[in-house]
Amino acid sequence: MMDWIIGLAPALRLGLGICAVLMFATIVSEVLRWRVRGKQSPVIDNLVSRIRAWWVMAVAVGIAFACGREGVIVLFFLVSFFALREFMTLTPTRKGDYWALVASFYLILPYQYWLLYSGWYGLYSILIPVYAFLILPILSTVGGDTKGYLERTAKIQWGLMISVYCISHVPALLNLNIGGQAPDVARNLLLIAFLVIVVQSSDVLQYVWGKLLGKRKVAPELSPSKTWEGLIGGVASATLLGAALWWITPFSPLQAAGMAVVINIMGFLGGLVMSAIKRDRGIKDWGHMIEGHGGMLDRLDSVCFAAPIFFHMTRYWFSGAV
Amino acid sequence: MIRNIAAKVIISIIHVITGARALWEGTQPAAGKRVYYGNHASHGDFVMIWSALPPKLRPHVRPVAGADYWNKDALRRYIIHKVFRGVLIERDPAKRTEDAITTLVRAIDEGSALILFPEGTRNTEDGLLPFKSGIYHIAQQRPDVEFVPVWLDNLKRAIPKGRVLPLPLLCTARVGAPVVIKGGEGKDEFLSRARTALLDLADENDPARLAENGDAK
Repeated sequence: MMDWIIGLAPALRLGLGICAVLMFATIVSEVLRWRVRGKQSPVIDNLVSRIRAWWVMAVAVGIAFACGREGVIVLFFLVSFFALREFMTLTPTRKGDYWALVASFYLILPYQYWLLYSGWYGLYSILIPVYAFLILPILSTVGGDTKGYLERTAKIQWGLMISVYCISHVPALLNLNIGGQAPDVARNLLLIAFLVIVVQSSDVLQYVWGKLLGKRKVAPELSPSKTWEGLIGGVASATLLGAALWWITPFSPLQAAGMAVVINIMGFLGGLVMSAIKRDRGIKDWGHMIEGHGGMLDRLDSVCFAAPIFFHMTRYWFSGAV
Repeated sequence: MIRNIAAKVIISIIHVITGARALWEGTQPAAGKRVYYGNHASHGDFVMIWSALPPKLRPHVRPVAGADYWNKDALRRYIIHKVFRGVLIERDPAKRTEDAITTLVRAIDEGSALILFPEGTRNTEDGLLPFKSGIYHIAQQRPDVEFVPVWLDNLKRAIPKGRVLPLPLLCTARVGAPVVIKGGEGKDEFLSRARTALLDLADENDPARLAENGDAK
């Protein structure tokens, strides 16, 4: 059995591992549900629907991986679209922002992913922070509406930054020339898997540790459910997981742990920033797309903040680029 | 047949653009004497309310629309008459052959529920316009009709008046508790109660509600 598993390609081994973890989670949640049968339990209902949603997400990512580079780029294009739509829906803009919103949805979003597909690093790394940043406020002046102008333009810029720029840095990992060689799709897909698995399990583990031991709140105003116990336990265990996954990356176990700790902390802080935005808007969730989780942005807030940093750290230290 | 396909196509377009999420907060979908009334910002409005209803009820729910707009060309005429079986009202009193209220009450007596927009026109500003008196006159003639408020969130931004290209923003239809006329209730009283019931469905931070509080000061 062991020999057979070791003989498999890393991607298949990883896929089997994820299935095993989800299977375990499903069994645990079904046992819990069976124990409280007949009684109302919102926590367990939520857990069950969360785990179901994880299965759906894992299958969607699995299919995209099987389709290779194009599949992954299309998947994240759609993810960005749904995230941008949630963000723009919840941050009120005015009539005068019509052209800026048209440009965001119909030009900048597809063009960013087209650049990524064509591999033009020089442009996709500055399209939104430089060009969109300057052009969108210009478009918002067209209507001559100055009410809340700075706030409105900042909202659109932030929406694009988080939903398109940050999320696009997950598939951008496909373009890295690890070790100075031409991009190897199979190896770079595993880098994406490393980022997503480590950051997402950090979220889950923070939740689990917080539920088990959580007492002292980290940021009661921003996110009352986040505790120091959850944060430390979650980041530490997800970092160990990252180190244990070194074999799918170009990193040594110690380097993998270093990478994992940075992206876990960025992920945690990203979650805090996104909570601050939600609280300002007076909402609990970004949307309703993923049952039990909320919207696309609720699931991806941590990945958004971790992805560009992970991309640049990997590019700087492991791709031989400057 | 083609009619049903056309209806499905229009509904799916609205679904793709807006997500068309319907929240039945104050009541459940039901057959019976009902008038669904909402805030009016775009041509997607009545489709949004229509698609919030269970498919079985849809054929019995007819949108009330302006004849001048919908009779303009063959496509519009087809959509409003054949697909949605709209009740058309001549907005210019000079062209009317029949009192608008009589037309609407007849449609209700024939067993249809109505969708109408008491602001009278597509509203491009933030606030909710004062209501026209039509719903009061219907209520007076048929006091057992339930007036169901439906707040349409974001449609104004998703399908802005006068723009060709819609924006893919998520829109929600919030259906509130029905308003029924009380014995002896006056026109202003009833209209303001209906208008408040609709506004109360909007989000606290909604520009329409903020505009309302601004007026009150």
